Amino acid sequence: MSFQPVDYYGVYNQLSDEERMVRESVADFVDSEVIPIIEKHYQDGTFPMDLVPKMAELGLFGITLPQEYGCAGANYTSYGLAMQELERGDSGIRSFASVQSSLVMFPIYSYANEDMKNKWLPKLAAGTAIGCFGLTEPDFGSNPSGMITNAKKIDGGYLLNGAKMWITNGSLANVAVVWAKYEGEICGFIVEKGMKGFSAPEMKGKHSLRASVTSELIFQDVEIPESHKLDVKGLKGPLSCLTQARYGIAWGAIGSAIGTYQSSLDYAKSRIQFDKPIASFQLVQDKLVWMLNEITKGQLICMQLGKLKDSGLMNPNQVSLAKRNNVDIAIQCARIARDIHGANGILQEYPIMRHSANLESVRTYEGTHDIHTLILGADITGIQAFK
Amino acid sequence: MNILVCISQVPDTTTKVQVASDGISIDRTGVKFILNPYDEFALEEGLQLREKFGGTVTALTVGGETFKEILRTALAMGADKAILIKDEHKNDSYSVAFQISEIAKTMNPDVLMLGRQSIDYDSFAMAPMLAELLGLPSISMVSSLTIDGNLITAERDIEGGKEVLESSLPCVISAQKGLNNPRYPKLPDIMKAKSKPIEEIPSLSTDARISTMAMQLPISKRIGKVSGDSESEISDIVLALHEEAKVI
Repeated sequence: MSFQPVDYYGVYNQLSDEERMVRESVADFVDSEVIPIIEKHYQDGTFPMDLVPKMAELGLFGITLPQEYGCAGANYTSYGLAMQELERGDSGIRSFASVQSSLVMFPIYSYANEDMKNKWLPKLAAGTAIGCFGLTEPDFGSNPSGMITNAKKIDGGYLLNGAKMWITNGSLANVAVVWAKYEGEICGFIVEKGMKGFSAPEMKGKHSLRASVTSELIFQDVEIPESHKLDVKGLKGPLSCLTQARYGIAWGAIGSAIGTYQSSLDYAKSRIQFDKPIASFQLVQDKLVWMLNEITKGQLICMQLGKLKDSGLMNPNQVSLAKRNNVDIAIQCARIARDIHGANGILQEYPIMRHSANLESVRTYEGTHDIHTLILGADITGIQAFK
Repeated sequence: MNILVCISQVPDTTTKVQVASDGISIDRTGVKFILNPYDEFALEEGLQLREKFGGTVTALTVGGETFKEILRTALAMGADKAILIKDEHKNDSYSVAFQISEIAKTMNPDVLMLGRQSIDYDSFAMAPMLAELLGLPSISMVSSLTIDGNLITAERDIEGGKEVLESSLPCVISAQKGLNNPRYPKLPDIMKAKSKPIEEIPSLSTDARISTMAMQLPISKRIGKVSGDSESEISDIVLALHEEAKVI
């Protein structure tokens, strides 16, 4: 019997057979393969590499891409549900799948030539290659247009120089989709591990996403063949990828909130104080109901966003609202869950602090909470506040 | 190898069952239905046999339109085709077994796999009934299975030990927990399952051999009273046992 998430409004009853099966399969995978091992990896600060072939076998990489490249060819609601279940396990595991699918396979599929697609997509789908996405730089986070990394034309290709930071999977990656300025415009390049002048040292000392690898990417006169340049110009290239990934994050955050809510409900019903379960106290019920309320709203946002995306009607601002809201309520759920669990909430026996700390990164990456606020503000007022 | 796996749809194991207003069936409102957990072992074993010996796996169920959901799950796990005998779900093992046997006769399966029981009505009757109707041997509650040529060797759990049995193909096998670890459907297979056929066969009506007369929930535990052991409290308890509970 697969894990059944809290579903106060019966949203999952609306799923198609395929969507239902995708959610259940990924839920089973998370319960049997991720949750039993994740805490140790989190404590040790290691990424569970053993999961990569298993995730690939399940079909978690490039879920929405066509089967001819070894992918599932599922719709975006299925992709969202998969991200939701993965993040119920751990944001780091969801991040891995997000990056591989939305930030690496998606741009290669959308903007690379057929040779590059045939070279990389089957390997990335099979998990025999890992990818990363280089946009953010040490001095350019929310303002990627200012990036310093640049490409210059040389005979037969380009010469790439610069540095990227906060790159998920960087040190693990066999292939990197890197964004750099070429003739004043942002362009994308496929950089392969082993290219001379390319290195990816891991960043250590994180208190968040500890079961995920975060790296710097350094490019010193890296020669990139002409065929590795992506066919897209300007910020819309990387932003189109980020829209895909943010869409998955909106679902993933709800998965985290479902996890911390379920743990809180179970705990509140079994923890006895003053001779009765703490669930019988009004203050605790208020907390649980707040979580239920926000999760239900978040689920409705995701389901509608999925329908919009699957019918080609979604606009990126709607993703901003979903990512902004759902990550925000997931963090609050984690904090309330810690409260309900009392001192036990800080222990590794419960997933609470791990989710709480992870979500601090999720709140900031892929467009910070504040930037999404300003994207929405600009959309409704017609006035951009950040330029 | 021609493998027929018979599956059933049952209420999710965490359902709080309520009796419907007719008093002879369960109230299906808001109940989530799943593939019978023991049938997952039967299906997995069928798929493993096909992987070893080649052939086809057909998943079959008897039920209403909603039973297509479990057939889709079976196809996503790897079954080659699916058959729905359209008949409303009812608690009469004979009529279900009869209908399956009539279809099975046209398919000549080498192995018929079932779960040891459906966790809804728990009759444990399907495998032996089906075997009897088909004139085949049957081994129930199998926890380990090997097939060598025409010889089938099965291990089954018995009270305090294990029993090893041999039989010949074709044979009806019912699966016990532990027979294997059922796979979860892979995402590409879930999508491919969409294009696999579900054949619908109208109900082959038979007279039911049994009918359900009544269904009742277990009597819920009553709330106790906290009392002391002073003389007057003991007198109260005796009085309550005599006059309220009427047990003394």
